[in-house]
Amino acid sequence: MKPETIQAKLEHLLPKVQKPGRYIGGELNQVTKDWDGTPYRFAMAFPDIYDLGMSNLGLAILYDIINKQEDALAERVFAPWADMEQLMREEDIPLYSLESKRPLSAFDVVGFSLPYETLYTNTLNMLDMGNVPLFSAQRTNNDPLIIAGGHATLNPEPMVDFIDAFVIGEGEDVILEILQAVRHWKDNKTSRESLLRSLAAIWGVYVPAFYSVRQDFDGTILDVTATTPEAQLPVIKRIVPKLPPPLTNFIVPYVDVTHNRIPIEIMRGCTRGCRFCQAGMITRPVRERPVSEISDAIKLAMEQTGIEEIGLLSLSSSDYDEVLTLVKEVTTRFKDRHINISLPSLRIESFSVELMDLLKENSRRGGFTLAPEAATERMRNIINKYVSTEQVLETAGEIYKRGWQTIKLYFMIGHPSETLEDVEAIGELCKAVLREGRKALGNRARVNVGVSTFVPKPHTPFQWVPCDSIKQIEAKQQILRKALRGPGLKFNWTDPKATMLEAWLSRGDRRMGHVIYKAWEKGAHFDAWQEHFDYGIWMEAFDDAGLEPTFYTHRERPIDEILPWDHINAGLTKKFLTEDYLWSLEGRTRVDCRERCFACGILPKFAQIRRDNPGDVWECPEVRSPKRSRREVIPLVQV
Amino acid sequence: MAGEELQRIRIKYAKQKSIRFIGHLDMLRAWERTLRRADLPVAFTQGFHPHARINLGAALPLGFTSSWELVEVWLEKGVAIGDLEQMLQAALPPGIAILAIEVIDNLAPKLQKQIVSAEYEVTFKSPSLLNDMRGRIDELLAQENHPRTRRGKTYDLRPLVEKLTLEENRDGITLRMRLTVGEGRTGRPDEVILALEEDPLSVLIHRSRLIFRDSSPGNN
Repeated sequence: MKPETIQAKLEHLLPKVQKPGRYIGGELNQVTKDWDGTPYRFAMAFPDIYDLGMSNLGLAILYDIINKQEDALAERVFAPWADMEQLMREEDIPLYSLESKRPLSAFDVVGFSLPYETLYTNTLNMLDMGNVPLFSAQRTNNDPLIIAGGHATLNPEPMVDFIDAFVIGEGEDVILEILQAVRHWKDNKTSRESLLRSLAAIWGVYVPAFYSVRQDFDGTILDVTATTPEAQLPVIKRIVPKLPPPLTNFIVPYVDVTHNRIPIEIMRGCTRGCRFCQAGMITRPVRERPVSEISDAIKLAMEQTGIEEIGLLSLSSSDYDEVLTLVKEVTTRFKDRHINISLPSLRIESFSVELMDLLKENSRRGGFTLAPEAATERMRNIINKYVSTEQVLETAGEIYKRGWQTIKLYFMIGHPSETLEDVEAIGELCKAVLREGRKALGNRARVNVGVSTFVPKPHTPFQWVPCDSIKQIEAKQQILRKALRGPGLKFNWTDPKATMLEAWLSRGDRRMGHVIYKAWEKGAHFDAWQEHFDYGIWMEAFDDAGLEPTFYTHRERPIDEILPWDHINAGLTKKFLTEDYLWSLEGRTRVDCRERCFACGILPKFAQIRRDNPGDVWECPEVRSPKRSRREVIPLVQV
Repeated sequence: MAGEELQRIRIKYAKQKSIRFIGHLDMLRAWERTLRRADLPVAFTQGFHPHARINLGAALPLGFTSSWELVEVWLEKGVAIGDLEQMLQAALPPGIAILAIEVIDNLAPKLQKQIVSAEYEVTFKSPSLLNDMRGRIDELLAQENHPRTRRGKTYDLRPLVEKLTLEENRDGITLRMRLTVGEGRTGRPDEVILALEEDPLSVLIHRSRLIFRDSSPGNN
C-alpha cells in the first residue's frame, strides 16, 4: 500500500481511536530523508505502544547513528494499541513507519529493541501486521532482514524461530558493520543465506540458523554446535570501548509519554555484584562519562528539545565516581532554567547527606526510592546486597527530615532459601521506616512498598536456581498484605502468573518458539499489560506444544547442565558465576569489585580493548602488557 | 515579582493539518518546550509546584485546525518584538505557524475573559447528499431552544449559535458559524453538526477567528 493511501485512510481512522497523536509522526527532530535517494532503509521497531517506545534510549541512539549515514535512513515503528490494531486490520492497513508512512515490508532491515521478554508476542504481531513472514525460515530476499537487540537477547533461544540475527550487547559500533553487510547484499543481490553468513562473522552477532542444538530425551541440552565456519561459538557480546558523547537531539513527542524526560547515561555497567541482577552482570565493564560531557549534553539537549526533565541514568548512580561534583555542577549551571534533574538508582550505602541536600534543591518532592531488596542479614548475604537495617532506617530518617513525604521501598521475594520469617521481616522493616517518617513528619509520612518476585535470570549466579511456585508466591504476598495494612502504607505486588510468564520466557530454550507462536495465534499480545495478559492462553499454548512450563520455571538445574544460553557469552566465565553461586549457598559476600577484582571474565576477554583504553575510562584494573596480565587478576578459589 | 516588571506578550498562531490530532494539553506542553528551546525568560509561578506562566486562549478540541489561536506568555524581562519573533521561529515545532506577536498591557483582563465568540469553517470530507442542508439550517435557526445532552449534561445549544450560514463552492459546501465562548457556555461546532444530523467524523473543522469583547486590536 502506498504512503499516500495510508495517509488518507488514517484521516478517517484516527478520529475514532484513543490518543491518535501516537500514530502521526511529524514531531520536532524527526528525520525524514528522500526515500528513493537513500538506498539502505532500516525500520527501528519497539514492540509496544508509542508512549513506551519513545522512552527507549537504545532505539533513539541507533536511529541517530543510522540516519547520520548519508546512504541510509532509519524510521520508527511502534505497536498500535488494541483499538487501532483492530481498525487497521479491518481496513487492511499494514503496519507503517511514522516518518514516511511506509509499510514495514518496504524496509531492508527491521530492528527490534527487546529490553524484556514480555514483548515477544507483540513482536510477532508487528511482523504479522507488517506482512512479514513470522518464521525466519520462510523469509526470502523479498522480505526484510529481521534483527533484534536488547537485554532480553542475552537468552535469544525462545525467539530463534522468528529473528534472523540477534545483536548481543551494545549496538553503537556493530550496527554500522551490519549496515555494511546489508550494503553488499543489496548491491550485489546476493542470497539471503550469504547475507546471514556475513552477519554471523561479525563480533556480537548471533545467527541462530547456523547452530544446531541437540536435546536429550528429558529435554535438557546435550550440545550446541556451529554448522557454518562463520558462526562463532560462543557468541561474545559486543561492547563499546569508551562511551561516545551522549545523544541530545531526541525527537520531541507532542503527546504525553511514559517518561517525559531526556535520558542521559552517566555510566554503563555495575560493580556491586548483586546476585539476582542480570543488568549488573551483563553490562560490564563499568565505563563512566566525564562530568563536563554530561553537563554539556544537558545544555545541548535543552536547546534542541526543550524537554523539562533530565534523567541521569545508570544502574547505581551514587557509585559514579564524581557524583557530588556532577550534581553540584548541573544544579548550579541550570539553576534558573526550571528543569527537573532526576538521579534515580541511588544506593543506600553510598548515600551521603551532602548529596541529599543537593538533590533536594533541584528535584520535585515526589517519592524518594530506596531498594533494600531483603530485610534479614541472612538473605542480604545470600543475594550479595548487604545493607544493614540501621543504614536503611538512618537513611530514611535523613530523607524524611529533609521534607520528602513519601519513601518508596523496593523488595524482592522468592530468593533462594527464603523463609516466611524472611518475608515477615520485610513487613517489619517497612513499618520501622514509617515510624522514622512519623518522627519527622507526623501523619504525613508515607511508605510505598513495591515487592516484585524474583525470577532467576540467565548469566547471573542464580541462573540454576528454581523460581518460587505460584502457591509459594501467593503465601508470601498474603503475609505482606496483612503486615502492610494501615494508614501511611501502600503495598504493590506483581501477579504471580505474570511472574511465571517472565520466568519461562527468560529461561526458555528453542522449543519455546512453538509456545510463543501458539500463544500469539490464540490472541496473546501486550503481555506486559495487566489488562491484556491471559495466563489461560499460555497454558493452552504449552499444552499444544507438548511442553511443561515447570521444566523452565521450577526445575532446579544441576551446575554442570548445559544451559540454553551458554553459547551466548556476556563476558563472564561460567567459573565466576558458579563460584559466586556456591558462595551464596554459604552466605559469603563479595565486595564491590572497584575495591577488588574477582576475575569475572571481562578482562581476559577484552584485554586488548582495555589496553587500548587505559586509565579512568574503565573501572576494571589496568591490563598493562600481555606478559603481566596474568598477575593483575587474583583468583580467589583454587580450582 | 511585581507585575509591572514583567512583559506580557500575545502570540497569534495557526495550528496546521499535520498536528490536528494534538489536543489542548499537548499544545500547552508544545509551547512550554518551544519557549524553553528559544531560551526566553519565561516567568514562573511561585509556590511548591512552580509552573510556567503560559496561557492558552479558548481551548481547541482535538481534531480541529485553526488559523486564529492565541497564547499569552509572561516574560521576566522585556525582549524586543523583532528578536522575539526570530527566537520563536527558530524554536517552533512542525505544525505551528506564528502569525503575529504583540506586547499586551499587563493590567489588561485575562485572555480567556476577553474572548466572547469563535468562528468556524466546517467542510465535508466527501461530498454527500446535502441538498436539504439549507433547510436543516433554517429549521435550527428558527427554533428558540435546542436542548442537547453532552457527557451526561443537558444544555441549550440554540442561544450559543450566533451565526450559521452555508456556502456552496466548487469543492462542495462549507458551513460557517459563529458560536459563543464563555465559562460553562461554550458552543461546540461538532455539537452543531450533530444538531444538523450529520456525523462529526465526516467533517473537517477549522477555527477561523476568535472575537474579543470589545473592538480591541485582538480582533484583527
